[in-house]
Amino acid sequence: MPYGPHTPADRERMLATIGVSGIDELFADIPAPLRASPLRLDPPEPEQTLARRLEGLADRNRTDLASFLGAGAYRHWSPAAVDQILLRGEWYTAYTPYQPEVSQGTLQSIYEYESLIAELVGLDVVSASHYDGAAATAEGALMTCRATRRERILVSRGIHPHYRAVVETYFAGAGLRVDEIPLVAAGPAAGTTDLEALSAMLADGTGPVAGVLVAQPSFYGLLEPMAEATAMAHRAGALSVAVVEPVSLAVLAPPGAYGADIAAGEGQPLGIPLQYGGPYLGILACTDALVRQIPGRLVGMTTDLDGQRAFVMTLQAREQHIRREKAASNICTNQALLALAASVWLATLGPHGLRDVAALGAVRAAELEAALGAIGAPRLHPGAYLNEFAVRVPNARAVHRALLDRGILAGLVLADAVPDEPSVADALLVCATEVTTSEEIAALAGVLGALIGGGGRVPAGAAR
Amino acid sequence: MVPPELRYTKDHEWVRVEGDTATVGVTAYAAEQLGDVVFVELPDAGRSLEQHATFGVVESVKAVSDLFAPITGEVAEVNAALAGSPELVNSDPYGTGWMIRVRVADAGQVDELLDAAVYEQLISEG
Amino acid sequence: MTVAGSRLQPTLFERSRPGRGGGKIPHPPPDALDRIPAAQRREVPAGLPELNEPEVVRHYVNLSQLNYAIDTGFYPLGSCTMKWNPKLNEWAARLPGFTELHPMAPDAVAQGTLQLLWELEQILCEVSGMRAVTLQPAAGAHGELTGILMIRAYHEGRGDLGRTEVLVPDSAHGTNPATATMAGLRTVSLPAAPDGGVDLDAFRAALGPQTAAIMITNPSTLGMFESRIGELLDLVHGAGALAYMDGANLNAILGRFKPGEAGFDVMHINTHKTFSTPHGGGGPGAGPVGVGEKLLPFLPAPRVLREPDGSFRIEAVGERPSSIGRMRSFVGSTGVLVRAFAYLRTHGDSGLREVTDDAVLAANYLKARLAASGLYDIPFEGPCKHEFIASASSIKKRTGVRTLDIAKRLLDHGFHAPTIYFPLTVDEAMLIEPTETESIETLDAFADALITIAREAESDPDMVTSAPHTAPTKRLDEAGAARNPNLRWRAAATGSWTPCPD
Repeated sequence: MPYGPHTPADRERMLATIGVSGIDELFADIPAPLRASPLRLDPPEPEQTLARRLEGLADRNRTDLASFLGAGAYRHWSPAAVDQILLRGEWYTAYTPYQPEVSQGTLQSIYEYESLIAELVGLDVVSASHYDGAAATAEGALMTCRATRRERILVSRGIHPHYRAVVETYFAGAGLRVDEIPLVAAGPAAGTTDLEALSAMLADGTGPVAGVLVAQPSFYGLLEPMAEATAMAHRAGALSVAVVEPVSLAVLAPPGAYGADIAAGEGQPLGIPLQYGGPYLGILACTDALVRQIPGRLVGMTTDLDGQRAFVMTLQAREQHIRREKAASNICTNQALLALAASVWLATLGPHGLRDVAALGAVRAAELEAALGAIGAPRLHPGAYLNEFAVRVPNARAVHRALLDRGILAGLVLADAVPDEPSVADALLVCATEVTTSEEIAALAGVLGALIGGGGRVPAGAAR
Repeated sequence: MVPPELRYTKDHEWVRVEGDTATVGVTAYAAEQLGDVVFVELPDAGRSLEQHATFGVVESVKAVSDLFAPITGEVAEVNAALAGSPELVNSDPYGTGWMIRVRVADAGQVDELLDAAVYEQLISEG
Repeated sequence: MTVAGSRLQPTLFERSRPGRGGGKIPHPPPDALDRIPAAQRREVPAGLPELNEPEVVRHYVNLSQLNYAIDTGFYPLGSCTMKWNPKLNEWAARLPGFTELHPMAPDAVAQGTLQLLWELEQILCEVSGMRAVTLQPAAGAHGELTGILMIRAYHEGRGDLGRTEVLVPDSAHGTNPATATMAGLRTVSLPAAPDGGVDLDAFRAALGPQTAAIMITNPSTLGMFESRIGELLDLVHGAGALAYMDGANLNAILGRFKPGEAGFDVMHINTHKTFSTPHGGGGPGAGPVGVGEKLLPFLPAPRVLREPDGSFRIEAVGERPSSIGRMRSFVGSTGVLVRAFAYLRTHGDSGLREVTDDAVLAANYLKARLAASGLYDIPFEGPCKHEFIASASSIKKRTGVRTLDIAKRLLDHGFHAPTIYFPLTVDEAMLIEPTETESIETLDAFADALITIAREAESDPDMVTSAPHTAPTKRLDEAGAARNPNLRWRAAATGSWTPCPD
């Protein structure tokens, strides 16, 4: 065994101390008919050949593309210091800080994470982290049902389709009801959450609403009427859940400012690599009034017996290891190392750096909008956006594929991601961030312009 | 050790009856078992309680316990002091650490509660 | 509240100085945000700290040194499997080809990662004896929810709607009953027999047409293999219910017992325990779930599929309507799964079996040493699996020193404490799991420390009850923390914030 310490003599001594003649005696309690068949796996692989195998697999991925893909996971610059910190074994090989006297590093880092996110979202209570943005959103939605003792939520169709799917899964399990708020079909607010429909659903008499979930920015990149939706929720006795993208909060009004009760979102943009979907960072925050409803670990400040300031996991009686079947959630393992990554990233960039990231993304996106508009791929929706938007592209799937052949990842084919939203059928969702270059934008516009203007060069009806 | 004038339940709650009102709290033994109490969740005044149904929750640092209504009746008063000072449950369980006052609906239920001697016996058996 | 002269550190916010730091990101033009409607803009800037890189790095390096970690010492936390985290795995997970791949990238550009995920599924199938595996769950508890939701879907799919109960032994992790509640089912707690296993009579009495599933941790949280598992599984299936195996203790049975072969219908695997992906101070983990034939149709979407031409793809939206749906965004915690894949390939067939054999050897050795001391209670005799229970019940009766005190005193000896007061069913419990990567010298030193502390409890109990003495802090006021929660730094105390230069 590659990492094992025992010499043959060690094993003999251990067996003798135990008082057995061989290791098999220690497995005599497994009934003979139930013992395992031999493992049909490859033999152990030496480090040097395994390293080459892993490099080979990594090389099979194409990451050299000019990418305009966002859709819930965003490329950002991460200063070298961030990963240098994460590589310290004292962080990544530590366990959950159950012995606080020898875990002050982890505990203080979580308290600082809670504080940093609290500043960003404008709410007072931040969980130590959840699995990802989708799971955090589902947990936030469940909180509204516990807090109001109501069993129905309204979810905007402007929320990421994966998040809506996860909310559906969680709510089906709990026997709770999810209704979707449609998007405005046409006009200046096209593509945003339909407030008239929301108003009607809140008053339709089919069941009192626990929570209203709206994303800012929406999956389509649009800025949503958060203040209005929140006020409508509150008038109906419901809570408001804002699904947020944390970098945008450097420049957009935070949930606390428009009265949201809960904020949930994906923390990946805070310096966490894309790495094909995870591990990511589920952000969940709420007002003080909801502190006993929030699931997941919380770290608080306290003192030790000498009066020194110190940090400790607190309000644990909400959690599964104490409350068992009455717990707010079954969550145990969280994403502490990713919360650390986000904290180091935020601390390294500082408030101005974070604003620069958000503002520079907006600048690049405006540049992208202009370039695409000029070659005949206009925006699909008229409303304001920050750094992501949908563009109308005829034959979008085939065009996307042709661009890929030219080394360009032209965002997301919306028809594949949201097949149940016909209004976005021939459209691509594209984004820009501070790492998007003018050269990449020019390349996309050039090739796309040729494809949609050149006639006949797009293989019509090509499959994905 | 346990106050002789009170009545008790198997769930380690005590009841003090004065007229048609019963004051309810948890015993010193329960407080000791729970450890440092950090939060007490109590019903609003006016709520109707059914005997044996849960009416609240008491949390310590490392444990949580439901509170069960010892008798049927309406909540007349709630100890508001516990919201800011849950430690009263530990420091003065039979006094300022009381939890709710209930209007007794059925005096017969009070008679069926344990007396101090029986409760003392119960906790001595562990 | 002072930190002067202490190893403790000021917070990021206290280190902040207005105007310090910056320069990592190019500065956008002043009109960058003019097209954002004023009502949507942030009015009060976020009160984030302002530091330069050296300060940030020193802050986090100094904080890290307040942590105990596997890289610094022995971590015998029962049920947590704190084994060595190989460095190759960290290197592999950071290969740019893996880290820079977007989760919504077309399958055509993700073939390397998709192949790795598919091969990992095959390996986990072989290890667990299951038919198929989903890599989507982000943690063990997330896997539990996935499994129980599939069981619910299975019963509902057969029109068997009255199955509302999940049977859970009282020694189980709290996640089991909490999971049942999240899945809309009621928990029925099963008492243990005197040998620590499930009490078959109580089990028979609880089992019925209302039973959806039993959730069993095997080996149990007492470190004992459930030797009546064959009868249990027959009874469960005879009653029309399904059997869920909590794989928290899989490290004890690799190559020795395959739950799927034995008849379990579904199980989760904690990659951050058995397959050594780092715990990260509480996470991330990953909780792949394996299923047998019956639950195959209900696996979460999307799955990773291999096409006849050998290429790989992700299921399309809505492709498999019988699925319970999504459990999370995207495909899974791929970065964690790369590490697990590297671990599994490193060990291979013989290595995995040696992992289990050496983990069980180490636990039994430590148990034998403590038993021989006569100082600690060892409530369950006979061979344990990868962990065992010791108890300070007698020590407490004699000296007043509790398991908590012994745990704190261990910190002074340079060891992390075992898991304490779990399972809840054993008085003054210590659940000790040494893992297979600790040398006999380390195991001996730990046993010697426990023995020394037990003697100290007799000779100088105050020394034990006031421990730790050499850790960065003394014991903490946990009651105060919970009574008056302070869960965030208040920006008001940080002083002024520098407006952006533009």
